[in-house]
Amino acid sequence: MTTPNNLSRRLFLQRAAVGTLLATGGSTLAACASGGGDDSGGGGGAEKTSENPFGVKAADPLDVVIFKGGYGDDYAKAHEELYKKKFPETTVKHAGITDITPQLQPRFNGGNPPDVIDNSGASALPSSTLATSGQLADLTQLFDAASIDDASKKVRDTIEPITLEAAQLSGKPLLLNYVLTVYAIWYNKPLFAKNGWEPAKTWQEFLDLCETIKKAGIAPMAHQGKHPYYIGQVHMDMAVKHGGHDVIKAIDQLEPNAWKHESIKAAAEAILEIKGKGYFMQGTEGLDHIQSQTAWNQGKAAFIPSGSWLENEQKPVAPADFETTAAYTPLLDGSKLPVDCTEIAAGEPFIVPEQAKNKAGGLEYMRIMLSKEAAGKFTELTGSPTVVKGAGEGLKLSPGASSSSALLKSGGDNNWTTYFAAWYSTMDKPIRSVWGELAAARITADEFCNRAQKIADDTAKDPKTVKQTRS
Amino acid sequence: MRHGSYRFVASFLAIPLALYAIFVISPFVQAFYYSLTDWTGISPEFNFVGFDNFQTLARDAVFRQALGHNLILLIGLPLITIFLALVFAYLLNVGGRANAAGVQGVRGNGFYKLAFFLPQVLSVPVIAVIWATVMTSTDTGLLNSFTKAIGLGTSEYLADPNIALYCVMWVLIWGSVGFYLVLFNAAMSGIPKDIFEAAIIDGAGRFATFYRITLPLLWDTIQTSWVYLAILALDAYALVAVMTAGPGGPDNSTQVMGLQIADNGFQYGRAGYASAMGVVLFFLTLIIAAVMLRATRRDRIEY
Repeated sequence: MTTPNNLSRRLFLQRAAVGTLLATGGSTLAACASGGGDDSGGGGGAEKTSENPFGVKAADPLDVVIFKGGYGDDYAKAHEELYKKKFPETTVKHAGITDITPQLQPRFNGGNPPDVIDNSGASALPSSTLATSGQLADLTQLFDAASIDDASKKVRDTIEPITLEAAQLSGKPLLLNYVLTVYAIWYNKPLFAKNGWEPAKTWQEFLDLCETIKKAGIAPMAHQGKHPYYIGQVHMDMAVKHGGHDVIKAIDQLEPNAWKHESIKAAAEAILEIKGKGYFMQGTEGLDHIQSQTAWNQGKAAFIPSGSWLENEQKPVAPADFETTAAYTPLLDGSKLPVDCTEIAAGEPFIVPEQAKNKAGGLEYMRIMLSKEAAGKFTELTGSPTVVKGAGEGLKLSPGASSSSALLKSGGDNNWTTYFAAWYSTMDKPIRSVWGELAAARITADEFCNRAQKIADDTAKDPKTVKQTRS
Repeated sequence: MRHGSYRFVASFLAIPLALYAIFVISPFVQAFYYSLTDWTGISPEFNFVGFDNFQTLARDAVFRQALGHNLILLIGLPLITIFLALVFAYLLNVGGRANAAGVQGVRGNGFYKLAFFLPQVLSVPVIAVIWATVMTSTDTGLLNSFTKAIGLGTSEYLADPNIALYCVMWVLIWGSVGFYLVLFNAAMSGIPKDIFEAAIIDGAGRFATFYRITLPLLWDTIQTSWVYLAILALDAYALVAVMTAGPGGPDNSTQVMGLQIADNGFQYGRAGYASAMGVVLFFLTLIIAAVMLRATRRDRIEY
């Protein structure tokens, strides 16, 4: 007499329990295995030259594991070809998988992890745990090595500074975040060209544009209401442009009253004005990302916020003549930053395990990844920019990739990034929920500031929170 | 010979009992243990913190909200589901006209039974996705187009914090009625037809036969259903996780305890705290089941 509903509940609890069993089982395994591996970092030993800064022995095999998600793994095969070209005697073992943790946990516990891992996706290894137990190679030597494209430059000078910042974990650079995500509000260029519309620079221009678009029978803006962090991205972008980088730094460092900054409030009022004037697509608050983005592809809404993965994500449903194009958010009155900058983030973290058999080879593989040739291949195959400066130049890019590259370039040092959602997991979801209330205009700007600040204060007060600082 | 048969029985029970011990009892015991620690869920090390987690839990406003929503479901879900299932089962069994051939159900009752039972063969996430689509918040959504066409206006359903929880409750009811209908139907066909016929000859109407005959004779089945539905109401995790904004939103309006356990255990890195919630949920379920069985106890009627 058990209904499927009861069953599913049991299943859920049982799975949770099995997970618990596995996790504790895994930890005892780890405790056992940690005694065996005292040889930290194999490989290397050949002469270190500027051509071969880590002393890779040419014949040592390389073991690469790639998360085969939205970017596929064709780009990695191309990178491996470049590695083989440099070391023709080597053999490269390639694995493109999605279940990183289940497959790699035993290898870490057994002391024979792969040499390079693209540690991404839903079942990525918890990098903070790996970092605190000293299982990740320090990437300082990689960033200090000579660049492949120009031996007179260090690798660290050829990549976006955000990578060096995002690499830090437990005070050391341990992660190579390879993909650069550009956040923007996106529109369909042919639609705008046909109507003679232009993305707006100032708030007043934006309101006028929205009015014109609305009169044309199109909703000026849609957002992914079921996942309110998308509209939160618009809110934060306007706030940071208004008040400068200090606004987001204070939030990321959990400083008192960071969310009560006048710029946060001004941007919240702007969101309320969009909603109040009826410029959001009717009912968008209840749509998920697929529904809202599809409506946008069908021309029911003019703008939608998202990251630079949007074009790739919507490929199956976008009409053939659709041109996904990035636009900046408008400037509120009295803004400190120029209009043509935006939020960016470095993602897709690659790691080299400290105990890897061919650690030197792993680092060399990363150095090859950071060459313009390899990075260009990545952008060509995936349509996404990388953290390598200028690697997208001269490539024939899709409209989405070229417009986000342009925004990236025009923003320069004014582009900003944020870490609080990743650093403080207990704060992420509650803040999103408050953004949802703001976008639906069920709370005022002041209420938004107070509620967000309360969540931040609770996080700061929690003794388990590890407070982070950033530059 | 007797000794041998024990061995025979034991050999059959050993494997299921071992599975039960490993996959049901042992996780429960572990959850009790972890609820007293500050385990994050992904690190091998953790400390014993006594009843700290339970003290924090007592002050947790979101958990209290979630508990309140579960209580709303606990009242609404069994009442409405059992009422609807009883009415439909009664119609299928004795709703048709009484004639020389005796009492019978409405015409085509086999078809209705099948139609009502259909949600049972769909998995919960499928049901959640179907209903989330039906209740799309835009005016062009399936249900909105329909209600607009017949002049009832539109609603944002799951995007409206005032009614989102009731939308979830409706889907729970829709998914459960069919099963209990079949259950009650089976129990009703176990009641001898001559009892109904005797009542009709004595001049009892439909309502009187229902309240005086059907309901008392079905009491045991209803009681069991009530407990099952109560357990379902204390959960509701799967539907909330798939259907609602956030999930659990908008603005925590559909938070339930199951979702809080999942959020704390798997997202916030507070597996110890989530275990404490699980322990609370365990005792709550136990108490509610016991109270319901006790409160609804009646003398059994033999027939």
